Amino acid sequence: MNVETNKMLEKTDDNSAMHNCAFRTSGITKVYGSGDAAVHALRGVDLAIPKGELVVLLGPSGSGKSTLLNILGGLDAATDGKAFFHDEELTAMDEKALTQYRRRHVGFVFQFYNLMPSLTAVENVELVTEISDDPMSAEEALGLVGLSERLSHFPAQLSGGEQQRVAIARAVAKRPTALFCDEPTGALDSKTGVTVLRVLQDINRQIGATTLIITHAMATAAMADRVIHFADGDIREVVINKTKVSAEEISW
Amino acid sequence: MALAALSSLDKKLVRDLWRIKGQALAIAAVVAVGILTFVLLDGSVRSMEASKRAYYERYRFADVFAPVKRAPNHILKDIAKIPGVATVEGRINGGAIIDMPGLPAIRTMVLSLPMFDRPKLNDIYLTAGRLINATRDDEVILLEGFAAAHQLEPGDTIKATMNGAQRTYIIVGLAQSPEFVFTVAPGELVPDDARLAVMWMSVEALEAAFDLDGAFNEALIGTARNATIPAIIDRLDMILAQYGSFGAYDRADQISNWFLTEELVGRAGSAKTVPPIFLAVAAFLLTIVITRMIQAERGEIGLMMAFGYSQAEISGHYFKFILIIAIVGGVMGCLSGVWIGDGMAEYDKEFYKLPFLQFEANIDTILIGLGISTLAASTGLLVALRQISGLTPAVAMSPPAPPDYSKSGGGQWVKRALDQPSRMVLRGILRRPARTGAACLAVGVAMGLSASMQNLMTGFNFILDANFSVVSRADATVVFIEPLSDKTIYELRRMDGITRVEPFRDVSAKLRNGLYEYRGGVSGMIAAPALNRAVNADLETIQIREDGVILSKPLAEILSLKPGDDLTVEVREGRRPTLTLPVVELAETFLGSTVYFEMNALNTALKEQGRVSGAHIQIDPEKSAEVNDRLKKMPAVAGVTLNAQARESFERLMNEGAGAMRFIMAMVAVIITVGVVYNSARIAFAEREHDLASLRVMGFTRRETSFVLLGELAIVTIAALPIGAGVGFYLAHLVSSAFSTEMYTIPATVYPRSFGEAGLFVVLAAMGSGWLVQRDVNKLDMVSALKTRE
Repeated sequence: MNVETNKMLEKTDDNSAMHNCAFRTSGITKVYGSGDAAVHALRGVDLAIPKGELVVLLGPSGSGKSTLLNILGGLDAATDGKAFFHDEELTAMDEKALTQYRRRHVGFVFQFYNLMPSLTAVENVELVTEISDDPMSAEEALGLVGLSERLSHFPAQLSGGEQQRVAIARAVAKRPTALFCDEPTGALDSKTGVTVLRVLQDINRQIGATTLIITHAMATAAMADRVIHFADGDIREVVINKTKVSAEEISW
Repeated sequence: MALAALSSLDKKLVRDLWRIKGQALAIAAVVAVGILTFVLLDGSVRSMEASKRAYYERYRFADVFAPVKRAPNHILKDIAKIPGVATVEGRINGGAIIDMPGLPAIRTMVLSLPMFDRPKLNDIYLTAGRLINATRDDEVILLEGFAAAHQLEPGDTIKATMNGAQRTYIIVGLAQSPEFVFTVAPGELVPDDARLAVMWMSVEALEAAFDLDGAFNEALIGTARNATIPAIIDRLDMILAQYGSFGAYDRADQISNWFLTEELVGRAGSAKTVPPIFLAVAAFLLTIVITRMIQAERGEIGLMMAFGYSQAEISGHYFKFILIIAIVGGVMGCLSGVWIGDGMAEYDKEFYKLPFLQFEANIDTILIGLGISTLAASTGLLVALRQISGLTPAVAMSPPAPPDYSKSGGGQWVKRALDQPSRMVLRGILRRPARTGAACLAVGVAMGLSASMQNLMTGFNFILDANFSVVSRADATVVFIEPLSDKTIYELRRMDGITRVEPFRDVSAKLRNGLYEYRGGVSGMIAAPALNRAVNADLETIQIREDGVILSKPLAEILSLKPGDDLTVEVREGRRPTLTLPVVELAETFLGSTVYFEMNALNTALKEQGRVSGAHIQIDPEKSAEVNDRLKKMPAVAGVTLNAQARESFERLMNEGAGAMRFIMAMVAVIITVGVVYNSARIAFAEREHDLASLRVMGFTRRETSFVLLGELAIVTIAALPIGAGVGFYLAHLVSSAFSTEMYTIPATVYPRSFGEAGLFVVLAAMGSGWLVQRDVNKLDMVSALKTRE
């Protein structure tokens, strides 16, 4: 694998690079609890992610990657520091603005799919398309993940991989600007996992959504534009991947 | 720390309980109020019974009463020889009229006390002052309740007319007596301290006043254990016949005892009916909650199985969990039951004029209550564990498959007709019909409980109104000393200020149909009365008939009679004839149990033409004081009852006697209803928390997210309303008959208004609960909700 190390910090004062950024953070800190019991989940993270990239976040449990994802996704508030989405400051948004941010720009994919068991595949996707400004049709979104044949199946009638693909379809149907995936293959076997990763890769290419994937599977890093390594609540290193491989070539 | 001593499974237990403390407390509270009703009602009946028994024993309350016109004292020796008679006492029981300034004449009972000894039977309990000096004929002991009602104290004097002569008497003491626990003036239906006057005087003074030297006019008999009372009564009647016996009667027919017994029967009735209803509702709720709770523990159960815990150990663990909630609820219920019971005993002691009353909670009652709640909880546990026991640890630990909604119905039309959130609500409800049904049923039963209690409240108000504005509309009722010729009626009619007079003739009698008997009387009325009427269920006036009697419904039930049957009337005054009268119709009565007959027909049957016992009168309000004064001066008038006073004492009876329990029960019903509705909302939230968090993550606003939850709550609540109405309809009948006594009948009528109110209350409770869970939706931790799998 041909990789090159790079310190992102050096580029933050570059104006054109800044405008090209989907996400930017400076000194993001997250502390849970207080006093002796305080846990520093993030210790002043500085980061810039260019638009349209597929980024993989790696690191041991508790290294802060999920916390960062949650803050960038508008699910959690930072204790200190600033985070920007394009030119808007996420850390300054109130609850209402964050809801609108998630509604318009962000798609989420979770380890445990989080489908509504009482809605069919197509309805689960429509759940999102109905509240979006310029969505693709639910059928189209399910077509993207290869589930055109299973539109009116309920989650209970789908396999784990299929359920996760419905979740991806649901996340992308709104044509999100950013796609957040927290352990999307964590509950799947490796073969199904690869299928899901391919779908994520395809979608990243087709709709150009900046895609952040948290994973424990190191091999996944090979398909990323950029790999961010976390340790102890901070970024240890950022690796830019010059020679991406396609998802099919990955195995773990 | 104390926790350290526990096994790890018990630590988990403690922490789990702490985690769900709010919900556990809500469940415990529902158990607690169920047990509370049990402990309170049962305890109050037991303690009243015990206190009554002790009071009767300590003050030697007579077993048989034998009133007679005039019998020489030596006859008492003959009476003592009757097999089964243990004690005999002759006394003088006379009438007097107390004249209190500004009040109508008050009929007074005067009883003799022996010269030197305490009475052998029917002793008095001196509460203030001293006993009378046997040589003084102007000293009296007054019944404490009456004295208190008129602010009389030892040292005060009262004016009373005895045998035509008015004198002033000195009150030397106040007393209570087992004879006057329930202070109902003769001829009245409702106890009223202010209107039942009793004076005790020296026997010598009374012998002189009533011309009974060396004689008595009432024999009191104490019987030996195992004595056959009817045989004693027969012998007594034989012995006393030549002295003008009025017929001996059993203690059961003694008026105070009869009322007290009825009160206790009424209370025992509600103690048997009401707590089981409340406890059943609590138990049912507990089953539902526990089932749902255990299902949510599925993953942990799998884990324990994987570690090698046996099925029995796991069951034991959850059983402890439930037992703790049930016991906490039980203890809360017992403590509050005893606490409220103590307060009520204090209050009952005053109301029932008991010298002592100690609330005693029975350990059996408490154990039964605890047993029932534990059993109910265990049922829920068993149901839930059975669903889990078939699982292998691996399956139990893996996230459960999403519930299958494919058969939840609602095909294309659902999709066209409803938006996504509505579809989620609808499918959520349809998919789990058992769960939805249980939720509806729980809320419905709770509402039914509230509806029936509300209905009971309305019922109490209704009988008050019906009795005093429809049945009895006289301003006052005048009672004569004895049945008089109807000339007195003309005298009343001529009196300035009396605008209407309706005479009546009452006779006391034993009513009988075969083996069924009832000690009451026949009320002779004019054919078309306007002031005191008989009415049917629709409150329409029934014409009083000459060809037969009209029976009040409760009485018809007691005697098992219907129109067309014959009623046997054993008259207990005058010539004491036995009449056989056909029952021609049934009437609705709310207060007392009456037999209506046309007055002239009754007099003809008695062979006593033109006699009246009193009259219902209408008074010009501007002249009421004047009328009162003039009535007091009429020697024939024994007493005047003002309708307003009667209503007041009736109201007091219902609010302070056995009926008082309805306020506590209504409160408990409210607690249960709120508890159930809130619990339903909480459980729905817990079950949906994960989905709701997902919606929030996807960008749904709080309002949109809440809709999914509150929509379900709304539908469950609406569906519960008709269930509640149905349950309430059934319970209303149970509850109204449980709260009815022989003194008053709460009609089993269903008042739509009560149901509307109960329904409204449920809706309000649902809205309040909705508001509370809505706050939880607002506080939803999206991150952690998504990390935990379902």
